[in-house]
Amino acid sequence: MSHNDHSVELRPKLVGERVKRTEDPRFLTGVGRYVDDMSPAGMLHVALRRSDQPHARIIGIDVGEAFSVPGVVAIYDASDLDKDVKPAIPTSRMPGYYATPIWPLARGKVRYVGEPVVAIVAESRYAAEDALEHINIEYEPLPFAIRQVDAVKDDAPLLHEEAGTNTIIRREFKRGDVDTAFENAPVTVKGRFRMTRKTAVAMENRSYLAEWDQRKQSLTLHTSSGSPGIIRDVLSGCLDLPGTRLRVIAPDVGGSFGAKGSLYSEEMLVCILARKLARPVKYVSDRLEDLSGTSQAFDELIEAELAVTQDGTLIGLRADVIGDVGAYSIYPWTAALETVQVVSFLPGPYRMEHYRGRIRGVLTPKPPTGPYRGVGRPSSTFAMERLIEMAARKIGMDPVEFRRRNLVRAEEFPYRTASGIIWDKSAFQECLQGACDFVDYPNLVRERDAARKAGRWVGIGLASYAELTGIGSRISVAPGMPINTGTETSRIEIDATGAITAAFGLSSHGQGLETTLAQVIVDELGCKLEDIEVKHGDSSLVPMSSGTYASRSAVLGGGAATLAARVVKAKVLRAAAYLMEQSIEDLDIYDGIIASRNSNQTLTLKEVASAVYTQMGRIPRDQREDLTASETYDPYLGTACSSTHLTMVEVDTETYGVRILRYVVAEDCGKIINPMIVDGQVHGAVAQGIGAALLEEIVHDDQGQVVTASLADYLVPVATSVPNIGIVHIEADLPNNVGGFRGMGEGGTIGAPAAVANAVSDALSHLGVSVETLPVTPERIFQMLRDTNTPRSANST
Amino acid sequence: MTEQKITLSVNGQSYTRMIEPRLLLSDFLRQEIGLTGTHVGCEHGVCGACTVVLDGRSARSCLTLAIQAEGTEIETIEGLGNVDKLGRVQEAFRQHHGLQCGFCTPGFIMAITDMLRHHPLETDDQIREALSGNICRCTGYEHIVNAVRELAKERGPLK
Ligand code: FES
Ligand code: FES
Repeated sequence: MSHNDHSVELRPKLVGERVKRTEDPRFLTGVGRYVDDMSPAGMLHVALRRSDQPHARIIGIDVGEAFSVPGVVAIYDASDLDKDVKPAIPTSRMPGYYATPIWPLARGKVRYVGEPVVAIVAESRYAAEDALEHINIEYEPLPFAIRQVDAVKDDAPLLHEEAGTNTIIRREFKRGDVDTAFENAPVTVKGRFRMTRKTAVAMENRSYLAEWDQRKQSLTLHTSSGSPGIIRDVLSGCLDLPGTRLRVIAPDVGGSFGAKGSLYSEEMLVCILARKLARPVKYVSDRLEDLSGTSQAFDELIEAELAVTQDGTLIGLRADVIGDVGAYSIYPWTAALETVQVVSFLPGPYRMEHYRGRIRGVLTPKPPTGPYRGVGRPSSTFAMERLIEMAARKIGMDPVEFRRRNLVRAEEFPYRTASGIIWDKSAFQECLQGACDFVDYPNLVRERDAARKAGRWVGIGLASYAELTGIGSRISVAPGMPINTGTETSRIEIDATGAITAAFGLSSHGQGLETTLAQVIVDELGCKLEDIEVKHGDSSLVPMSSGTYASRSAVLGGGAATLAARVVKAKVLRAAAYLMEQSIEDLDIYDGIIASRNSNQTLTLKEVASAVYTQMGRIPRDQREDLTASETYDPYLGTACSSTHLTMVEVDTETYGVRILRYVVAEDCGKIINPMIVDGQVHGAVAQGIGAALLEEIVHDDQGQVVTASLADYLVPVATSVPNIGIVHIEADLPNNVGGFRGMGEGGTIGAPAAVANAVSDALSHLGVSVETLPVTPERIFQMLRDTNTPRSANST
Repeated sequence: MTEQKITLSVNGQSYTRMIEPRLLLSDFLRQEIGLTGTHVGCEHGVCGACTVVLDGRSARSCLTLAIQAEGTEIETIEGLGNVDKLGRVQEAFRQHHGLQCGFCTPGFIMAITDMLRHHPLETDDQIREALSGNICRCTGYEHIVNAVRELAKERGPLK
């Protein structure tokens, strides 16, 4: 290797560095621009009258004196908008599925408390809300079944008569002969696991602003969406506007966690109204509307049973799951996204031959469920990891040793799970070991035992899981869905001033993509970080994009950026080779300077750009090419991101409050673009998982009313609810995709509920209770202890 | 509704406006004088996104009527620094990656500005307690705690 080659190798790379985020200064100084920060001249505000009935026929709507409120401009119900819009249909090829049409306002019937029925448009939000009070809606209440166990029954009242059933999703995965395996199994454990309904609670409420350009007859929607491209594509059909006259922009977005990645009625509504009224129209959800109208999450009832041998080898797993999908199938993900993932991921990262997992997704009069960080896998991991620890306990084996025996081993990859998922090589075993080493597991066990001797209720819990991330076109994110989630496009341009614009259809709502994607481009292209402007969150930037969700942006966006940067670099080098009279092989770019290993002559990117675009004659006409490239990346398959979480908790013997004493995450997320950002993602996701385990629950009463309608009732973690989190990055073989990246944005939320549930169960094991419902609140612990103690006291009296 | 005149100072600048008595201070700041850095996350006093410093102490602008702020001095996120020159708390947040989507950030920074003036913040428990009136859904708090620990150390013990 020549001296020169060597120095190229040693040049510092940005990928892998804790680069400070370029988006931060605007957020830190209060000049970020979220949708609600925009107020174009003439803007109108929308307030919505929402249903207070879970299931009812709309008999009549009386607007009363609403128009007497100063500032009220218009009032609409569904019948007024019939000609302005076609419904969005969340189609799917799933057999037996019914795609519930999505309209801007309820038509004929309401199907959950919180469903929008009447829209009031006024000069201010205050005026619009004043007018709401005047609206009277007459309903004829209809029968309903609020709980999934009732709604699934054959004689249950139907929410969508057209469907002919409430059960719109049915799916079964099976391998081997699970029933025979259970007949002969020496040891079985089972449980009835329930991950109650959650919601994302992004700190920015959903916000939409539509502007109609009368001159061009075109519409711009500013939306707090994670998927502006998907919204553009569907609205194009609903509003009958081509993409040239419909632009969807997600400006700064205050968190999504999946919940802002679906189409919402209010998004359709502001577009229709802006066009109708030829004025900008804004709708901003308040928190009550968020907690009763934004898509919710999980809500599965999982009956599952695990068979193992006496020496701790998994034999088989069978599960029956009822998923409560709420009143509608969400666009574009459909009700299959959450539900089907529960049974497809249930076998987890383990080697196991016999499996049968069945899911029924059932309509109930509640807000629709949709994607929320982790999707399906927080529920499946909770159930499976509880079974793993229950089985280990039953045969008297340490749960770490039990997992070690059953996690897929390095030599077994690629491993096809019982449900058909292919795990590419990932550090399953090493993550388990890494978490244990980090806390000195044998010592932690001694600590726990000593604490127990002293009368404290202390327990240790683990969770191992793998998720499929960065999914390409071969695999559908949700089964049978009509949109393409397998590709992303990056368009990179060096302009005549030498500045670089990198455009993506992805959107960043906290992930720091403006920084990480620029890091990738710097390394590939050899430019300076500050010369790159990353643009995202705008449907006009690339022909098609499905946005940021499902732990895909680093893999797909990073991959597309890499490909486009390579093409642009080659063009720069061709131009420079001509200008410098050098051969391309001898040239390299670093820090925006093109140098040759054979001469001291250098050129800056700016000089090359100027020669290409401006100084005609420097490069012959037939060799001149624009310094631009647009590349689409399709990883085809997906890649596994694996992890083990380990936690130690203490349950207060008086209050039954749970405190987390230790927490560690060991994970293999492939090549890390920015460790600082990865750590932040892990912290945030684990906090959400801890929330799911200990605090968060959307509660609907028997009348279908949401009783957790404020942040004082729906509790999310605050700084005192979460511990410091130890993070171990396992360096394993890189996945076979362009950047070597694995997706990692969701993992923490997948592992934490299971790990905490296991630790609380361990802490309470001497009392004979096992955690099967999350969140495990003090009240639930109280009830579990009372229920297990009642028979005993009954016997003694 | 009859409007009333109020005069108050925001980031050292005086504003006089005719307002409805029911107008929230958060709406006044965002809509009347265009300072949209103060965010609204819940409008019921729980999330802390709307925190400003009012006459030297942190206050929830969503639970304060603008009319109540008559004659007061208010500090908002816009007063602490700007894009080319971050204020000290803002800089610490950047160094420690104490923000992701940035929506909760102004509220945290204003609350911390107040805390640093009045609270010991000597242990992590004290810091977490001090932060517990604000919700961040993105960061899991650890990086924010790290930033505050550094700021408190730099400040030294409270006089
Ligand atoms: S907006 Fe004021 S506390 Fe949430
Ligand atoms: S940074 Fe997103 S809520 Fe705190």
